[in-house]
Parts: sequence; C-alpha cells; structure tokens
Amino acid sequence: MLNKTAHVSEAMFSKKIESVPVRDGFGEGMVRLGRENPLVVALTADLKESTRIHRFAAEFPDRFIECGVSEQGMITVASGLANYGKIPFACSFAAFSPGRNWEQIRTTICLNDVPVKIAGLFVGVTVGADGATHQMLEDISLMRSLPNMIVVAPSDAIEARKAVIAAASINKPVYLRIPRVESPVYTTEETPFEIGKAVTIWEEKNPQVTIIAHGVMVYESLLAARELSKKGIMSIVINCHTIKPLDDQAIIHAAKLTDAVVVAEEHQQSGGLGGAISELLGQQYPAYIEIVGVADSFGQSGKPKELLERYGLTAEHIAQAARRVIKRKNS
Amino acid sequence: MLTNMATNLPQDELRAHAQAIRIDIIKMLNQAGSGHAGGSLGMADIFTALYFRVMHHEPENPLWEDRDRLFLSNGHIVPVRYAAMAHAGYFPISALKTLRKLDSDLQGHPERVRMPALETTSGPLGSGLGQAAGYAYAARMDNRRFRVYCVTSDGEHNEGNHWEAVMFAAKYKLSHLTLFIDRNNIQIDGFTNDVMPLEPLSEKYKAFNWNVIQIDGHDFYQILSAVEQARSEYQRPTVIIAKTIPGKGVSFMENKFEWHGKVPNDEEAKRAIKELQKNA
Repeated sequence: MLNKTAHVSEAMFSKKIESVPVRDGFGEGMVRLGRENPLVVALTADLKESTRIHRFAAEFPDRFIECGVSEQGMITVASGLANYGKIPFACSFAAFSPGRNWEQIRTTICLNDVPVKIAGLFVGVTVGADGATHQMLEDISLMRSLPNMIVVAPSDAIEARKAVIAAASINKPVYLRIPRVESPVYTTEETPFEIGKAVTIWEEKNPQVTIIAHGVMVYESLLAARELSKKGIMSIVINCHTIKPLDDQAIIHAAKLTDAVVVAEEHQQSGGLGGAISELLGQQYPAYIEIVGVADSFGQSGKPKELLERYGLTAEHIAQAARRVIKRKNS
Repeated sequence: MLTNMATNLPQDELRAHAQAIRIDIIKMLNQAGSGHAGGSLGMADIFTALYFRVMHHEPENPLWEDRDRLFLSNGHIVPVRYAAMAHAGYFPISALKTLRKLDSDLQGHPERVRMPALETTSGPLGSGLGQAAGYAYAARMDNRRFRVYCVTSDGEHNEGNHWEAVMFAAKYKLSHLTLFIDRNNIQIDGFTNDVMPLEPLSEKYKAFNWNVIQIDGHDFYQILSAVEQARSEYQRPTVIIAKTIPGKGVSFMENKFEWHGKVPNDEEAKRAIKELQKNA
C-alpha cells in the first residue's frame, strides 16, 4: 500500500494520472529558480529548446550563455563562472555532457571543488527514436565515482523541478539526470524531497522484497508492487532519487526487513544505483540482489515503450526479478 | 599593493628577479626529483613581469577581491609560478622545497583548494582558457574592473577544448581577457612542428577575431608594452604570442625538448645554478 507520508498523487494507479515530460519540470524549475536567485546562470551547447532552458533564456537573457556545440568549452566556462561566485547550470544531452567532457568535470569542477550544476537531459532508452548514440546509459557510473560530486536522478516532472531548486542551494557540484520522456506525475507538491534522503513510496506489512529505483523506473516499480501485492507478495518501494550520497540508513533498514532487494534503473546494470547498493549492502548487510537495468548493451531507435519492453525495463520485468530474488532468498 | 604605477622597477631589477626565480626553480626541481624544467625556466621572465609589474595584487591579502586573476592552463610549469609567488611575498621562499612532497600546498600540478591564490586547478591541457573566459564573463556581468590573464603552452593548442574557448572569448568580446602563449616550440614528444604543426599561429588567432601581438618573451620592454596594448583594446580578447627559449638561462637545457619533462640531478643543478648566478 501507498505510504501516506509520501503524499503521492490520488490518481496514482488510475488511467487519469497525468503524464508530463520530466524535462518540462526541469525547465519550469529553472525559471522559478531564476526568479528567486540572481546568481543563477544557465549555459547550453546549442540545445536550448531540447533541454527546456529556452524559457529561462527568454526571461533572463542576461543570465543565459549560448556556448555553441562545445561541451568541453561549456563546462570549462561554467567552471570559471562558479569559481567567480555564480551558480551555473550547464545544460546538454547526457551523452555529450558528462559523456564527452568527463575529464574537464573531474579536474576543473570536482578537484577544483566549484559548484557547477550539470544537467544531463536525454537519458536512458526512453530517449527513443534518436537511437543508441543519444541514449545515455553510463552517466551515473561516470559521475558517482567522482569525489565532491552529488548525483540526483528525479523520477517525475514535479520532482525534477524540486531537484533544480535543491541543487542550487548546495555549494557543491551536482549532476542532475533528467529524462526526456513523458512520465506519470505520481508525486505532489507535498511529497518530501531532500537531496540525500530516499523516499519510501510503497510499504506493506511483512514485506518479502524491497524495490529501489530512480527516474522513470520508480513508477514502473510501483506498478510492479501493486501486481505483486495482488498475488500476495508484499513489498517496499523506495524512490532513491539521490544516488550520491546514498541514503545508507534507509537502504540498510529496508534490506534488513526483507533480505531481498531489486534495483530498477534505466542505466547499465554496472556502475549505476545497482552498483552503489551492491557496494553498500555487500559491505554492511549482505542481502540477495537483482539489478533490473540494461545488460551490457546499447539501445536502438524505437518508441520509448517498445524500448523499455525490449531492454527488460518494465513493471513486469521488475515483478519477475522480485520473484527470482525471493526464491533465491528462500532456497 | 603592487601595481604597474606603484612599483616602477627598472628592467635590470626585473632581470635580477627572474634570475633568482630561475635559481629557485632549479633547486625545487632538483629536490623534488621530478617535474618540468624547460617550460618553467622559459617562462620566468613573463611570470616576473606578471607578478612584479603587470598584475594588481596583494600578496599579503591573496584573495583581495579586486585583484587581477591569473589562470595557468599548462599546469606543469607551476614551479615558475610558485617561485614567482614566493619572491613576491605570498609565502616564504623556504616553502619551495616542499614541491611535490606529501601534504604540501605546492602540488606537482596546481590545486586551488590547497592554495586559493592559484585561482584554479590545472594539469590536463587545454582547459584553462575556457575557465578564464567563464570567469571574465562573470566579472563583466557584475561590471567588475579587474583583468583576467591566462597562460597557455603552444603544445596544448592541439586540444579542441582550447579552440572552443578561443571562439567563445571572441564571440563575447572579452577584451579584459589576455592570453599569453608560451611559444617555445617543444612538447613532450618533440618539436611542435613535428608533433602537430601550429603555424601560422598568429593568423589563426586573427581569423578567430582576436587581437594578436607577437613578442620576444625574454624582453621585458616587449612584454610590458604588449600588456599595455592589450589594456587599450576594447573589442577583442588579446593573445600575446611570446617566443621563448625552453630552458632559458641554462645552456645545456636551452631548446632541448628532452628537458621538457625532466629535472636536473645534483651535478646538473650545481652547473645550472653557477651559470645563472654568473649571468644574474
């Protein structure tokens, strides 16, 4: 059942639930942030509209910097702006930033410890028709291994908007992973959001499995939990929107309750949230783990739904993984 | 406060500073046992000019908010910056012997977090100009009056990141940004012309809409007048292409690319210091 303290949408499992591109929430957050904080500056590498920064650019032309198609240039300029004292948001597709400019992020932002916010739009196979080149599946792995970097992957448009505001308030580098795809808006204004604090969305008595997810896989996980519940399999679903720093306490607590964990993410199975949770539990509370993610392959062109199905990233796949992990635990 | 107005040092005094800085570079590198001798010695005159004549700065108040900013892009020549800073009064000259040692603020490549007066962290090439340009852009947003200087090597012009920043600085007319190129014609694998030819370099910058000045990087008069010219340019960023001799001042190191990433042993250091003292 839904955890009341998460204050999720009343339309959660109804067909009436509204779907909004997660990136729209990002764009709206940037406009609100721009009004609140004059230090905020936005940069893009020739992807103003695709990254939904065009409304910020229209309202705050003096705080918008077009860098042209140069992700390394954009990120080093952003480093200089942050070093001076601005709060720059560098916005591009994740495959290019942080995909192409990782070393500049490592040296001029993380080692240099300046609070640049890197917004990687267009993540996972749900990028769709553009194909494998643009479907970033390795970004969490790239970003979470960097000292000083905070990694946040919001799960719907409202949460993306909150993540933007929260990222600006932290005097640290932050990577924001923002999906392009339309996704059900299952959170509300009242749903708690704090960087570093995982949110338990679904919680049943005597749970047999914990499902931990980020991004658009959170809603898929909730659909899976509802189906499992109908079959008598009780579960916990955690929205782990902050991948670094990981909410160790919440994850270990849930693992102790269930001894079986499924991690669901639109990322390679290696190096993402699944990797982070395996590292944590492996060292502190060994539990059975299944990772629902892309299995060491690239995506391809297609519709988001077709691709989620093809690459094993649906509620049904999560439910199957839950049954597998419970079976392993009980065998 | 040191300004070009306040400290009107004659050129032979600048030359004496530069030779003293070179001697310290030799000592530091010899003690560290690794590092980059060629570029550090070659840029001693320009760093002397920057720290003793060009930049507005306060060594006793290193983060003075109106200071001119200096971004060193080719971080591997940071020994010359450390030595110049020590001579200018940022920290005791005795601290130079901690270069590349555990827990030292004088890291092998510059780290801002350990020494904020370095302005940034660098080493991987081609990224300094972008940062300097971003900083200069931010300063103009707030109508700040200080100038931003950046020092690059010629070898790092192989990097795409650098040229992205060249375009950016020209597009946004960052005329308060001045770039020095250490045109010493060497990089690790050999002469720049063999590794990856750059000429015609000044024409390239002109084509990218920069104000271009070419100088002898060991002539203080030329260094100082180039900076003055840059100050009177209000439309374009300025690049000062400074021809330098890598290893300058030590005859057995001059123009030898083998000395790019090498340091003198005890005997070589002794010879080098003797030669530098003779010509001080």
